[in-house]
Amino acid sequence: MSRNLIIGAGLTAFFTGLAALSFLWTPYNIEVLDIPNRLLTPGGAHVLGTDHFGRDILSMVMMGARTSIAVALVAVGIGMGLGVPLGLWAAARRGSLLDDLIMRGNDLVFAFPSLVIAILITAVFGPSAINAIIAIGIFNIPVFARLTRGAALPLWERDFILAARVSGKGAARISVEHILPNIANLMIVQGTIQFSLGILAEAALSYIGLGAQPPTASWGRMLADAQTLVSIAPHVALIPGFAILLTVLGLNLLGDGLRDWLDPRLRVVRT
Amino acid sequence: MIRFALGRLASLTASLIVASIVIFAVVEVIPGDPAAFMLGVNARPDTIAALRAEMGLDEPLVSRYAAWVGGMVQGNFGVSWTYKTPVATLIADRIWVSLPLAIYALTLSTLVAFPAGIYAASRRGGAGDTAIMGATQLGVAIPNFWFAMILVLIFAINLRWFSAGGFPGWADPWAALKALTLPAIALALPQAAILARVMRSSLLDMLGEDFIRTARAKGLTRRQALWRHALRNALIPVLTIIGLQFSFLLAGAIIIEQVFFLPGLGRLIFQAISARDLIVVESVVMLLVFTVIMVNFIVDLTYAAVDPRLRARA
Repeated sequence: MSRNLIIGAGLTAFFTGLAALSFLWTPYNIEVLDIPNRLLTPGGAHVLGTDHFGRDILSMVMMGARTSIAVALVAVGIGMGLGVPLGLWAAARRGSLLDDLIMRGNDLVFAFPSLVIAILITAVFGPSAINAIIAIGIFNIPVFARLTRGAALPLWERDFILAARVSGKGAARISVEHILPNIANLMIVQGTIQFSLGILAEAALSYIGLGAQPPTASWGRMLADAQTLVSIAPHVALIPGFAILLTVLGLNLLGDGLRDWLDPRLRVVRT
Repeated sequence: MIRFALGRLASLTASLIVASIVIFAVVEVIPGDPAAFMLGVNARPDTIAALRAEMGLDEPLVSRYAAWVGGMVQGNFGVSWTYKTPVATLIADRIWVSLPLAIYALTLSTLVAFPAGIYAASRRGGAGDTAIMGATQLGVAIPNFWFAMILVLIFAINLRWFSAGGFPGWADPWAALKALTLPAIALALPQAAILARVMRSSLLDMLGEDFIRTARAKGLTRRQALWRHALRNALIPVLTIIGLQFSFLLAGAIIIEQVFFLPGLGRLIFQAISARDLIVVESVVMLLVFTVIMVNFIVDLTYAAVDPRLRARA
């Protein structure tokens, strides 16, 4: 196992662990305001200090981890759940009108910057974590569809697929039983990378007020609140940023490490 | 080449038509009655009726769509409900912040990424390569709006080299560029990291090719082979990424403008969202998508001009 894989898995496990722990325990209740103890610097009773409402920053980071991870995970689920079948379908009917339509549809989604989709959705449906998930998830669909189709196409030319066809299996069954297991590693690696992009996107959306709404804690919103305090209490702005940075870095290293570990020949599309 | 260009033009037109239908449907069909949506729950029925008439909502959908697209083709984006100003004027005022910002960031990103990527590829596996690759890992993981806040903390609040936000206008170009410098750096960082990685891996791919071996056999040094032969071929995937990045930069500018209080398209679209001014939202989104599709079209044509193999494949 490479160093990347170990550091990446460690960081990912740490932040997932924080998010999981927040369901059972946080050092303080973040819904209780404690104005006399506001903007405390890290150390003492509050390990990472307090924000402008006197809320414990460690507790906020833990609750924020939950939001970020949940949003990004569901968004990856949407992308994989719709993108992989579309890609498999396009590859099974390669060269047909259907294949062309699916790929053109993908190109079209790519033409919308993901943030613009999010803005459009929130303009009409109002800001919420659910709408952030949809916006990020939609953008994940073409990523997986394209990757799946690209990886499945050469497999269709292979002898073992021919054997499966001779044995009487239809295109759908071949896709599920023979193509999918052969591209699963690639999907896991790309899933890790889309997961990290999802964390960044969620942070950006909640920073501009289009993601999770208060009282739900989110790293992006913590940064938005901290912006005007950056000169008097820099730690309030620095800590959530480091949480995002380390989570994303961990996932990226995990993705790279997994790729090398699962199959050194794999090449992952990275935009 | 002409056939290729025509084919691309057809697919460009199709993309634009589908994109405009999607935007029109999301903004004007899904909310039910856009006039009631824009005015909120407390609006009086006669106010809603007046807005409906002003927006032409009593017309059938198809003719409303045709009127919207027809207007845009002639540069008429409708009149903003909140500003009472033509949307085209609002956009024209603000694009002079967003567009220069995106171009400034693209320039910075290219200026940093090219040397970094070339250096890393030429010192593959060495300390310089490892350091640059480590830096790019950090670069892609940092949220750029947070990086922007750190830049403000260091260069505006502590060192006082730049102002923390705002835009003085282009009357004094030097002051304007200075105001855009921190935002452009923040915007450029993740893009530069990605671009440097692409540059490096593309160059490394080329250095393994037969024509490089031929060039070396001819007596060129490794460095000469890299600069004269590998670099030119390695630029093709790099150009693709630059084309794609332009759209990320335009969209990313929306967020960075919030950090620095820049009066660009991003702020316009947020004010429009909170005021429920759908006419502005719809037009700005269409304009952004149009720009992205056009940039990709131009990139495609540029390749075909540079690389005849791509023409044959299409």
